[in-house]
This record gives sequence, structure tokens and C-alpha cells, in this order.
Amino acid sequence: MKIVVLPKQTFDTEAKITLDAAGKINREGVNLIMNPYDEFAVEEALRLKEKHGGEVTVVSFGGPKVPDILRQALAMGADKAVHVGDEGLEEIDEHTTATILAKLLRDLEYDLILAGWRAIDDGSAQVAGRVAEILGLPMVNMVIKLDIAEGKAVASREIEGGYEVVEVPLPAVITAQKGLNEPRYPTMKGIMQAKKKPMQKLTIADLGLGGEEVAPKVRARRYYLPSPRSQGKIITGEPAEAAAELVRLLREEAKVV
Amino acid sequence: MKHWLFQEEHEALRQAVRRFVQKEIVPNTEKWEEAQEIPRSLFRRCGELGFFGLKFPEEYGGQGGDYLAAAVFKEEVARSGCLGVLAALGVHSGVVLPPLYKFGTEEQRRRYLVPGIAGEKVGALAVTEPNAGSDVASLQTTARREGDFYVLNGSKIFITNGVNADFVIVAAKTRPEAGHRGISLFIVDRRTPGFEVGQKLQKAGLHSSDTGYLIFDNCRVPAANLLGEENRGFYMLMEGFQWERLLLALGAVGMAEAALAHALTYARQRVQFGQPIGRFQAVGHRLAEMATRLEMIRNLTYHALWLFHTGQPCLKEVSMAKLAATEIAHQIAGEALQLHGGYGYMREYPIERIWRDTRVATIVAGTSEIMREIIAREMKV
Ligand SMILES: Cc1cc2nc3c(=O)[nH]c(=O)nc-3n(C[C@H](O)[C@H](O)[C@H](O)COP(=O)(O)OP(=O)(O)OC[C@H]3O[C@@H](n4cnc5c(N)ncnc54)[C@H](O)[C@@H]3O)c2cc1C
Ligand SMILES: Cc1cc2nc3c(=O)[nH]c(=O)nc-3n(C[C@H](O)[C@H](O)[C@H](O)COP(=O)(O)OP(=O)(O)OC[C@H]3O[C@@H](n4cnc5c(N)ncnc54)[C@H](O)[C@@H]3O)c2cc1C
Repeated sequence: MKIVVLPKQTFDTEAKITLDAAGKINREGVNLIMNPYDEFAVEEALRLKEKHGGEVTVVSFGGPKVPDILRQALAMGADKAVHVGDEGLEEIDEHTTATILAKLLRDLEYDLILAGWRAIDDGSAQVAGRVAEILGLPMVNMVIKLDIAEGKAVASREIEGGYEVVEVPLPAVITAQKGLNEPRYPTMKGIMQAKKKPMQKLTIADLGLGGEEVAPKVRARRYYLPSPRSQGKIITGEPAEAAAELVRLLREEAKVV
Repeated sequence: MKHWLFQEEHEALRQAVRRFVQKEIVPNTEKWEEAQEIPRSLFRRCGELGFFGLKFPEEYGGQGGDYLAAAVFKEEVARSGCLGVLAALGVHSGVVLPPLYKFGTEEQRRRYLVPGIAGEKVGALAVTEPNAGSDVASLQTTARREGDFYVLNGSKIFITNGVNADFVIVAAKTRPEAGHRGISLFIVDRRTPGFEVGQKLQKAGLHSSDTGYLIFDNCRVPAANLLGEENRGFYMLMEGFQWERLLLALGAVGMAEAALAHALTYARQRVQFGQPIGRFQAVGHRLAEMATRLEMIRNLTYHALWLFHTGQPCLKEVSMAKLAATEIAHQIAGEALQLHGGYGYMREYPIERIWRDTRVATIVAGTSEIMREIIAREMKV
């Protein structure tokens, strides 16, 4: 079985987000990781490969540090990687990313495409869905259990108040939710082997894309940080008076009662 | 920020170990400290993840890496701020397994090294005795040859993993008049008749590491369990000390890093006299000093590690790294505790444990005084 996984590189969960002088998110010196939901996707692909045989290809679109997460996936056990660089793209949106990934996927053989259901940075949860749409594939979102048999995927997903088990023919796009599995740590042996596995670097031009096709349809107008938490207020005085004052403030200032 | 000594693969391993430590060690340290031991499952988990086999060849279940990879593992475990866990894991993988690989017969490697790397068997190394600590050659345990057996008599004290180990490498005298006092090493199975584990010793720190008192009373060990050449034990031990001391230095660096991180976080949060205490120049400068000394010991340790890794003579540098890193790490821990005020002295704060735990590092694997002895000797004073 041939499986393609679409991991994204995101900020570390512990990264402190700041804005630069131009009001854009500051990427300097931030630790970058594989989006945790995508790690579930990589792990699931590896488990399917271990069970059914086949090949796992990891594909990611993004900046010059993206090979780090691809190498991580290779060290975990994926077979090959493709990095599509974002050179020359000032601004992107989910449309841009999905267009690029789908274009590349047209040249790849696959029975299954796996991705995380959302990225922890922008949290838009759109890319995998858009890829499925462009490629005309069935898609199951937020999967917590996956079985493959006889050209079909049987996937369980959480729904309000319970679970749903759905079936789709392959090829299909499946996105991973927390709970699908527990991702492995790369071993030293895996890390050393990863150095010898193929990693292809492509540009958008290599895919025959450019200009309007990949221009974002949605543009971020402004980023701003949550306002810092203001200092707590201590109400002094006799207990009865203080309580009355507290109720007044809750009603008039905080407007919560 | 990567140090030049480490390659990309070491940094990738570092990321993996760091996550493992955060997820599977840090949340459990309190529990293990309380239990005064780490569970067998942690040994097995480390085996499964390949952490015990980093520097060993694949034919024994190892990862085929190098000493730098093993160093990364030790440093990252130390950054958990729980030296007891590192002592238990580190003695097994860094002190017990290397001589099995280096001096063991094929049969011994199969029986002890392979399950050791897999984390299925846990080992200990017993050298120290009630009357022989720094002066290793003066040890009194004897091993008398009787047919296909050696008969061991004597006792060992302060033995890490001694209570729970499946096998112990024991140093005993086979021919006291021989060159360096005729010490030999024996692999003794836990269930060998005549081998008894006395009480679990109660320590100031390293609570999650079990420390045992071992008694050998006419303990009959098969001759096939002699490790390496007879009477060459002292030299084998001295060879092993280099790596063991580097591990102590790396552990000290990791612990100092944990101490500084706690101090920095606390100094940013704790408000006295209307501002975070870190804003007082006295506190800021102290933190700057601690960070500077941390970098000093890190670089001294990495330098010694580089010499060792590249096979250059390094007795003096390793001794210097062990001496400086362990002494200064404990000082840094003490200052980090001081910056926590009264809270630093309370059990709920990890800095209290870091300070207690780092204390022992200047004593084990050769005391600071013995390190100075070696350095002075190497300097031909
Ligand atoms: C927690 C813990 C774990 C340990 N684990 C192990 C283990 O797994 N296996 C093992 O075999 N041992 C182990 N040890 C023992 C450890 O290696 C010894 O404690 C250490 O070698 C010191 O020996 P000693 O305690 O007998 O002190 P001593 O050698 O009696 O030293 C007492 C003091 O005298 C000083 N001194 C001694 N000789 C000289 C000299 N020539 N010049 C100047 N000063 C000198 C020492 O520096 C020290 O300050 C462990 C100890 C501890 C505390
Ligand atoms: C075992 C124990 C028993 C105690 N018993 C009592 C008791 O019986 N009664 C009682 O009232 N209290 C008691 N205390 C509290 C003790 O007096 C306080 O812990 C001590 O005054 C320090 O205060 P703090 O812990 O809040 O630390 P903090 O005042 O928060 O200090 C934290 C760190 O910041 C430094 N710092 C603070 N301000 C400055 C500054 N301006 N410039 C430079 N550095 C600064 C401090 O030196 C310290 O290193 C006890 C504490 C302990 C640990």
C-alpha cells in the first residue's frame, strides 16, 4: 500500500508568540516542530505499512527548515520525502498550500493520504479537505481509529455524544485526531538510516505553478496579541460593604452579572 | 543552538530524548523518589527505545551510534532535574554494559549484554567496600579458585542498582601479590547461593536510585563468569572510570541547567519590594554569574568528551571536567535554591531535590580530592 502523509512545520507548543516591527508573527529564534496532529498521521501511516507492507512518502510545503520535520518522519520510518519550498511566495493561505500539495500529489501514486486534522498554529483545519476536494477524493475528518481492508478504509470518529464508524473506498484522505495512536520517538538507528533516504527538493516552478494560481484568496489584515491580563483588584473595608462593592463592580465594570 | 561537537543526528536524538524525558520521566519523578526506586518498566522502555544501546553495535541489539549519542542521552535525562533516575539508568548503561562489551566473551555478551541493552536485565558494578573506597586496590573481597568455580567472600557497600539488579559485576582479589594487587571481575547472578542483598541504604538524595549493601558468603561463581583476564581487574576498572566520570560531568551540566532554569523562572515571577526579584541588580548579576559558570563547565566537559570520543589521551581533562562540573553544578544548585528563598527549602519545589541530588556527584566515581590527585600527578607537580 502506498501512503502519502502531509506534515506541516509549526511553532513549538511552548513558543512565545511575538510580533515584529511590521506587525507580522516573529519567526526569529522560534523552535519549530512537526505539527502534533501530523505526527499522529505519520505514526498511523507507519503502522499501516508495518501491517500491510508498502511505502510511506512524506510531503511538506514550507520554508527552509521544513527538511527537519521530514527527516524526523524518515527517522521514524517513512521511506522518502519531498519538500516543496516556499521561495518567492510573500503571502500564502490554505488555498495556496492545498493547490501546491494537490498538484504534487497528481504525480505521486497513493492509496491513502493522511494528514493531521488541523495545525496547532493557524488552526484553520482546511488544507487536507481542500486537497481532497481538488483531487476528487472521499475524505474522513478527525479519525481516532483506522482499519484498511479490501480497498476500503473503515474509520471511527468522535461525534457529539458518541462515535461514528464510516467506510470509504480508497484512495481517500483521512485526517488524524488525538487518540488515533501514540507516536513513536525516532531511534538513533532510524536517525542514521534517515540520512540515506531520498529527500527531494522542489520549487513551485518545478510543479509548473506560479502567479495567480497560488495567490492567496484570503489575506491577513492584522495580527494582534491578547491584551495583557490586568492586575487583580483588592476590595478593602467591612465584609458586608466589601461584598456589596464586589457585586457592584461585577455588574457595572465587568458586566458579568 | 548547536555545539560544534554534535552532528545533526545527535541533535535529532536530543529532541527525541528530550520529549521522552518530558513525557515519561518528569511526570513520574515524585512517585519514584517516594518509592525509592524506578520501575522495571522504565528500564524496558529505555531498552525498547534503543537508549541503552546507543554506542553498541547492532549485532548485540545496539544502535550503532557513538559515545556522543550516549552522552546526549545522559545529559538530557539529567535535565529532568532528577539525578536518581540518571544514576539508575546511567550506571546500568554507562558503567555496567561497557565492560561487558569490551571484555566479555561471546557467551557473556549474549547472556548479559544483549538483555542489558534490551532493558530486560539490570546490572550493577560493585567495587566499593566498607574499608576500601578511594583506595580501590585495597579492597578485601576475595575470590578463591575451586575447580570450575570461584568462591567469593566479602562485602560491598553503596552499590547503585545493588538492591534490584539481576546481575552484579563484582571486583575481588584473586592474587593480592600480582600487579595492581591482583583484582579480577566476576559477573554474579542475583540468585547465586551465598550472594545476599543487605538493607537498602537511606541517602540524603538520589532517592529514586536504589543503593545496596551486598554480602558474599562462600558465594560460588562459575569460572565462566570471570570477566576479562584474571588479575587485570584494576586496569579494566580504571579504563571504565574515564567514561563514568564523563557521565558524572554531563549529568552535573544537565542538573545545573535545570537549576538555572528553575531560578530564572522564579526570579521573573517572584515579586518583593514591588517588583520581580530578578530586576534587583544583585539577583540579575547572580543569575548572569550562574549562567556563565554553567557554560564554563559545559565547554570543559564537551572538550573532555571530544578528546575521549576521538581517542586522544584525556585522563587529566576528564578529571578536570568531573571535578569542576560536579563542584560548580552543586554551587549553582545552591544559589538557585537561595533565590527561591524559603520556598527553595521546601520539598514541593524541584530545586530542593536538585540541590540534594547534586551533592553526591563530588563523591562518587572518584572524589574531588582524588580528581585533584590525578590532575596534579598528570601535571608532574
Ligand atoms: C550514592 C552513591 C552511589 C554509589 N554507587 C557505587 C557503585 O555503584 N559502585 C561502587 O563500587 N561504588 C559506589 N559508590 C561508592 C563511591 O564510589 C565511594 O563512596 C567513593 O569512591 C568514595 O569512597 P568512600 O566513600 O569510601 O570515601 P573515602 O575513600 O573513605 O574518602 C573519605 C574522604 O577522604 C578523602 N580522601 C581519600 N583518599 C584521599 C587522598 N589520597 N588524598 C586526599 N583525600 C583523600 C576523600 O576525598 C573523601 O573526602 C557510591 C557511593 C554513593 C554515595
Ligand atoms: C525552615 C523555615 C522556617 C521559617 N520560620 C519562620 C518563622 O518562624 N516565622 C516567619 O515569620 N518566617 C519564617 N520563615 C520564613 C523566612 O523568614 C523567609 O523564608 C525569608 O524571610 C525569605 O523570604 P521568602 O522566602 O519569601 O523569600 P523572598 O523574600 O521571596 O526572597 C527570594 C530571593 O530574592 C532575594 N531578594 C529579595 N529581595 C531582594 C532585594 N531587594 N535585593 C536582592 N535580593 C533580594 C532573596 O535574598 C532571596 O534570595 C521560615 C522559613 C523557613 C525556610
